[in-house]
Amino acid sequence: MSAVILQFALGYAQIAVILALCLACWRVLKGPRAQDRVLGVDAMYVNAMLLFLTVGMVNGNIFFFEASMVIAILGFVTTACAAKFLMRGEVIE
Amino acid sequence: MNHLNDLPPWMAILIATFLIIGSTLALLGSVGLVRLRSYYQRLHAPTLSYSYGTLMTILSSILMFSYLETRPVVHELVIGVFVMITAPITLLMLGRAALRRDQDAKLAHEEAVPARETLRASPAGKLIRDVKRSGHPEPSPDQPGP
Repeated sequence: MSAVILQFALGYAQIAVILALCLACWRVLKGPRAQDRVLGVDAMYVNAMLLFLTVGMVNGNIFFFEASMVIAILGFVTTACAAKFLMRGEVIE
Repeated sequence: MNHLNDLPPWMAILIATFLIIGSTLALLGSVGLVRLRSYYQRLHAPTLSYSYGTLMTILSSILMFSYLETRPVVHELVIGVFVMITAPITLLMLGRAALRRDQDAKLAHEEAVPARETLRASPAGKLIRDVKRSGHPEPSPDQPGP
């Protein structure tokens, strides 16, 4: 009973998050300007983090948490560097 | 899926509700990222997945693993706190960078996204085309070369 409910919910969550990932990827490819692409990459990072959390719940494995933690940190660093680059034209001044 | 059968039905329904709400909100954020018109509107859309999507997914994960391991498992809260701190910082930096670029490009605040034809028709676009085509810029007719 509970396995059926949870399998349905986990499957739905995975499909929705993957769809969100694809939409963000579309925004990265389409543009139209550089800041749109950076925003799309940031959304892709967050959605990938959510996907890893969901996959960890599917497998019952608690260590997927660490992968999603690393993805969150890398996403922050990437977006901050890209925004700095868009603003000034260089990252380290 | 043995571990899913260990949960009682009321806990499964609670976890499933949180999961479905969270993933739907993440999907809605990305739909907004695709559909909204100007960049400053698009900047607001993915905050749905930053805040509510992350919160709901983390809550369901905490509930599931706390029940399965019969001890409080709260280390997912680290991700939640981290995302809550960093998302405003990154979006603020991105918005400021975009505003600066728009001011440099002499665009209005509610820009319609500049068409590529505008760039193509401008002298800079012609220069770019010439360089791409022949590897060196051709001298323009009104300024005869040496």
